[in-house]
Amino acid sequence: MTIKYDNVYINETSTIVGPYEFNGPFSKLYDKHYKEFYFGEKTFEQAESKLLQESVELLLEKSKLKKEDISLHISGDLLNQLVASNYAASNIGIPFLGIYNACASSVEGLIIASNMIDKNQIDNAIVSVSSHNNSAEKQFRYPVEYGAPKKNYTTFTTTGGASALLSKNKSEIKIESSTIGKVIDMGIKDVFNMGGVMSPAAAYTIYTHLKETGRDASYYDLILTGDLGKHGKEILKEYMKEEYNMELTNYDDSACMIFDLKKQPVLSGGSGPACLPLVAYTYIMNKMKNKELKRVLLVATGALMSPTIVYQQKSIPAIAHAISLEVI
Amino acid sequence: MEKKKYEQLVNKHTPKENIIVNAIIAFIIGGLMGIIGQGLIDIYSSIFSISTKDASVFMIVTLIFVGCLLTCLGVFDKMVQFAKCGLIIPITGFAHAMMSATLEYRKEGMITGIGANMFKLAGSVIIFGVVSAYVFGLVRLLIFGG
Repeated sequence: MTIKYDNVYINETSTIVGPYEFNGPFSKLYDKHYKEFYFGEKTFEQAESKLLQESVELLLEKSKLKKEDISLHISGDLLNQLVASNYAASNIGIPFLGIYNACASSVEGLIIASNMIDKNQIDNAIVSVSSHNNSAEKQFRYPVEYGAPKKNYTTFTTTGGASALLSKNKSEIKIESSTIGKVIDMGIKDVFNMGGVMSPAAAYTIYTHLKETGRDASYYDLILTGDLGKHGKEILKEYMKEEYNMELTNYDDSACMIFDLKKQPVLSGGSGPACLPLVAYTYIMNKMKNKELKRVLLVATGALMSPTIVYQQKSIPAIAHAISLEVI
Repeated sequence: MEKKKYEQLVNKHTPKENIIVNAIIAFIIGGLMGIIGQGLIDIYSSIFSISTKDASVFMIVTLIFVGCLLTCLGVFDKMVQFAKCGLIIPITGFAHAMMSATLEYRKEGMITGIGANMFKLAGSVIIFGVVSAYVFGLVRLLIFGG
């Protein structure tokens, strides 16, 4: 399902990252970074919540607004009961919607906010997401210090908080349209092969978006998927060709961009809800502001994985949402 | 695309682990662990003038301690990434599994955190270790008469 917008813009963004991301290629582009994983908090979960809260506070500071000026705060993260978002929201105090589509939450939030702004239901909205490597490892995999030999196609959850301010006020970057994806399960059960799990969902969303807007893949200067990883990227390209007979030309994956895959110990690349926005709100938007990129399609991909259901031998469903950004 | 065909596509792009190399590494590291253990038994039995049986208990306690210490210092998981199962299969791996789970849940309280989660990884090893000990013991009793 594709929706067009007339009057929605991204006014400001903020990003905060952990040590691995800061050591990556975009280190100078982030607003703030931490050198360790606790950020002065007692636990990883509380640290993640702090990251999210700080990214919203930083966004308000950068855009010179007070929290009373904001109509709606939409936020998502990976933790059970959305604790990072909920605890941050309880300290921030803006009317709040908590959302979960795993690593596709970032674009899901942007779509909800864009719809409400375009229909004049709200003036503006903050959309934020967070992920934390250690809290995600603890919840979805093994204890952080446990050294099970990792498969080399595993992705590495990014540590970061990213927020964006959306409103009707004109800025350089316009949200032009969005496509809501559907949940697709192709029977993959390997919890380490997230690229394999999510590629069909990403392919479906990209294909649907291009079909419904009557565009060709080359219309976009860049199609950027969320966190398929080094191996997932190749799976998507081949699946796209075989299933939809479509060649992805200007295509990249933010999992492969956020880290230096050759030097950093991140195996197949980054992942997590913060992975796509950390790349999109920094490197990509800078390029858009410099007019090096004019049209960008962000496709956030989420593996809707629960350890409980995976232990019950069920395969992993996935979803992808797309949002089209244009420089005006 | 059918699920089967898609699985083939995914497998094509999924790098395979080199099982033979991993097994050789694990064999060598595991063997070294065995040499260290035997060395410790010899040292303990000659220094403290105790029986080999007592010295092997000392050796196990030493290895468990070192495994736990290296886990707490945050280096054991990095060593495993290199040494594969050479460090996981010996007693050091068992100590590591318990210690890492304990570290992970230390902030959730003594009972609801540490107590409830300490055996998260090692629990299955103990349960099935004890059960298989009974089964093999029974087999031995029935076939060989004890």
